Amino acid sequence: MGLDAKIPPGPLPQKWERHRDRLRLVSPANKRKYRVIVVGSGLAGASAAATLAELGYHVDCICFQDSARRAHSISAQGGINAAKNYRNDGDSVERLFHDTIKGGDFRSREANVYRLAQVSGLIIDQCVAQGVPFAREYGGLLANRSFGGAQVSRTFYARGQTGQQLLLGAYQALLRQVDAGGVRMRPRTEMLDLVVAGGAARGVIVRDLVSGEVSAMAGDAVVLATGGYSNVYYLSTNARGCNVTAIHRAWRRGAWLANPCLTQIHPTCIPAAGEHQSKLTLMSESLRNDGRIWVPSRAGDARPPADIPESERDYYLERIYPAYGNLAPRDIASRRAKEACDEGRGVGATGQGVYLDFSDALARLGEGVIRERYGNLFQMYDEITGENPYQSPMRIYPAPHYTMGGVWVDYHLMSTVPGLFVIGEANFSDHGANRLGASALMQGLADGYFILPYTIGDYLAGIAPGAVGADHAAFGAASEEVRMRLRRLLSVGGRKPAQAFHRELGALLWDTCGMARSRQGLTQALARIPALREEFWTGVGVPGRNEELNQALEYAGRVADFLEFAEVMCRDALAREESCGSHFRVEHQTPEGEARRHDEEFCHVAVWEYQGAGREPAAHREPLAFEHVPLAQRSYTS
Amino acid sequence: MKLTLKIWRQPGSGAPGRFERHELDGVSPDMSFLEMLDFLNERLIRQGKEPVAFDHDCREGICGSCSLVINGRAHGPASGVASCQLHMRRFSDGDTIVIEPWRARAFPVIRDLVVDRGALDRIIQAGGYVSVSTGGVPDANAMPVPKPRAEEAMDAAACIGCGACVAACPNASAMLFVAAKVAHLALLPPGEVERERRAGAMVRRMDAEGFGNCTNHFECMAACPKSIHVKFIATLNREFLRASFRPR
Repeated sequence: MGLDAKIPPGPLPQKWERHRDRLRLVSPANKRKYRVIVVGSGLAGASAAATLAELGYHVDCICFQDSARRAHSISAQGGINAAKNYRNDGDSVERLFHDTIKGGDFRSREANVYRLAQVSGLIIDQCVAQGVPFAREYGGLLANRSFGGAQVSRTFYARGQTGQQLLLGAYQALLRQVDAGGVRMRPRTEMLDLVVAGGAARGVIVRDLVSGEVSAMAGDAVVLATGGYSNVYYLSTNARGCNVTAIHRAWRRGAWLANPCLTQIHPTCIPAAGEHQSKLTLMSESLRNDGRIWVPSRAGDARPPADIPESERDYYLERIYPAYGNLAPRDIASRRAKEACDEGRGVGATGQGVYLDFSDALARLGEGVIRERYGNLFQMYDEITGENPYQSPMRIYPAPHYTMGGVWVDYHLMSTVPGLFVIGEANFSDHGANRLGASALMQGLADGYFILPYTIGDYLAGIAPGAVGADHAAFGAASEEVRMRLRRLLSVGGRKPAQAFHRELGALLWDTCGMARSRQGLTQALARIPALREEFWTGVGVPGRNEELNQALEYAGRVADFLEFAEVMCRDALAREESCGSHFRVEHQTPEGEARRHDEEFCHVAVWEYQGAGREPAAHREPLAFEHVPLAQRSYTS
Repeated sequence: MKLTLKIWRQPGSGAPGRFERHELDGVSPDMSFLEMLDFLNERLIRQGKEPVAFDHDCREGICGSCSLVINGRAHGPASGVASCQLHMRRFSDGDTIVIEPWRARAFPVIRDLVVDRGALDRIIQAGGYVSVSTGGVPDANAMPVPKPRAEEAMDAAACIGCGACVAACPNASAMLFVAAKVAHLALLPPGEVERERRAGAMVRRMDAEGFGNCTNHFECMAACPKSIHVKFIATLNREFLRASFRPR
């Protein structure tokens, strides 16, 4: 099977519009004959499920949380980008497109990114119409702020709770459809397998997390909106429940994976306090608008920050990247922080931290303004660390945050399995090798509200509704495999908690497949992961039974999948013999320590095909062509 | 730190529950409350025992999953935070900590500290939305909203739907939860259109789910991790009254 991204012909600015007008339609009377299964209820899943039901399709939506409103999109703090140019500062679709391609270090698809920029404005209109309380100016119009990697103010926000407010808008639209009978919502339900019958995705196998019942759900198409896999690192900014299971299981069923090694390490997180740490808390990147990042100039300087005079501070981002300063893109800001700490200039008890200092902004704007902009973040910081950021600088350190890699999809957001669509963070589509701040919310909602509802119609128009039901043999076989695996997890009989294995895997990946990667480290990781997996399957302790709420069992299954997935991630990182965006191979850097791309060999999407347990996945490539933005070495220094 | 924990254990919704006592040594003051429970659970698994079930997800106070009554207070002793943001430095070495699930007729216990809060979803489903479908909406800046009004709407919209207001209320009333959504949407032009229908439908659903009435104890505001103000309950009462005069 070859890879066809199905990018429509024509000039870039007209591709989407012209293509949309040519997509096949399902008539209103026929839409109700189709059933679509949406897995996940975050921004992408909830917006897709609601919109599909509004159009007249029957939708089944599942999520593992106890309510659709709790999906991890809720944690996004800073904002959502849109090319509205309300600030009259020269923003445009073209410029948002350009920033996103450049921010992604030329490893994303031009056509997808252009479309994303084109629909960005519609998202803001939609959200305002739903009652999302965006921040406003005194004149009553919407406020904007700037964000990392951009020189215009195009970010819309709702205090530090933008993700929450956008998700509640989508969730309310979803529940409106539940009330209208268009969506059957099943919370506390986890997808444990994908069912492929007759060469197309026809449903999923799910486990009811309260009763433990394993059952089959059949539909005409399946949409995965299951988020990213940053929790493969154990410690990340993701919610504890975030996992790779849905896309990993889909991979095993034939959906190819794209760029799994491209994972984003966010520069502004609260540093880990000790071994007990269970997650890392993000401090919104918007803080970099007013906070200045620095470390002591001299290694080993352990004086309290107030005692270090200006002349002995190194505001390294402002020094190295004068044009962007503290707003340099995430990958660069993270790597430079690591570098400062590796030089012994890190701050705090662990030495794994840099200062984010608001004293200048407090003096310039006053405490009231800072409180209004970041009050909830400052409070959160205080609560977690016991330190008051109005009085002393915050300590921050990078943490895994977002995964640009994911399931390979074409322009229609369909994977290599016909009928399996993947949207939001779960796909690989728009962010290339590094995502810009405030672009994740934009992509999730673009996919769910304005892209998938069109493209899925084109697929459904070509198939007969209800052709394969849950009585098909493929459902029985997949259900049995799921049950067997659950029984196996419960019967290992060890005493070591899944958390301990997860912690070990996370530490290994953080060291070898984190902010700096080397051939040697990745080779070691590839040798260690199978051994760790073996130890898991002989030593893990999972108490209790399947037929009950069993959180240890849920978690063990997710860790088992991370233990498989980690391997393809490291393999991808090893194969990509270049540095690009967040993927920094120490062998490939400029004398100044910047990422060095090798466009002649690696200007492509690396795509991996599952070949069976214990076998190396097959490598495929989707070449990337840059016709609109000329390939250039990314530079933020001027 | 060394702690004595008294934790509510209940195998299932129909089964009787009881307090179970655990002596936990080696707790760090830097641990979050939920990390302390993780620490206990890892120990239980190593002893071949069943870990304590509790809801949690984001662990940064925004998803609203965590739902613990700690020493008799919903989300514990600190104000303005959820259980997940509470840190052990709030407690002292040698303390006894009692941990229970939310208790309300409308929130049946599923297991241990996990309750079913589906009733809150059903209240939103009854009308806690603006009836617009995707597409065909006006430009976002077509309708200016006075900043103070937008700010007040945001104050109400900050609700994370955890249900602490219900757990803290002697009547197990969900008035603050309903009020927050009704006020948020009534304050903004798109939501104003359906304000009467919304207030009526949500209050009727709230009653049908078995939540009690508000008798002005204001425990809800004290327990709320987002410190949502009880003034919104007055807004809800006005909206409900308005709805009964002008049914649509």
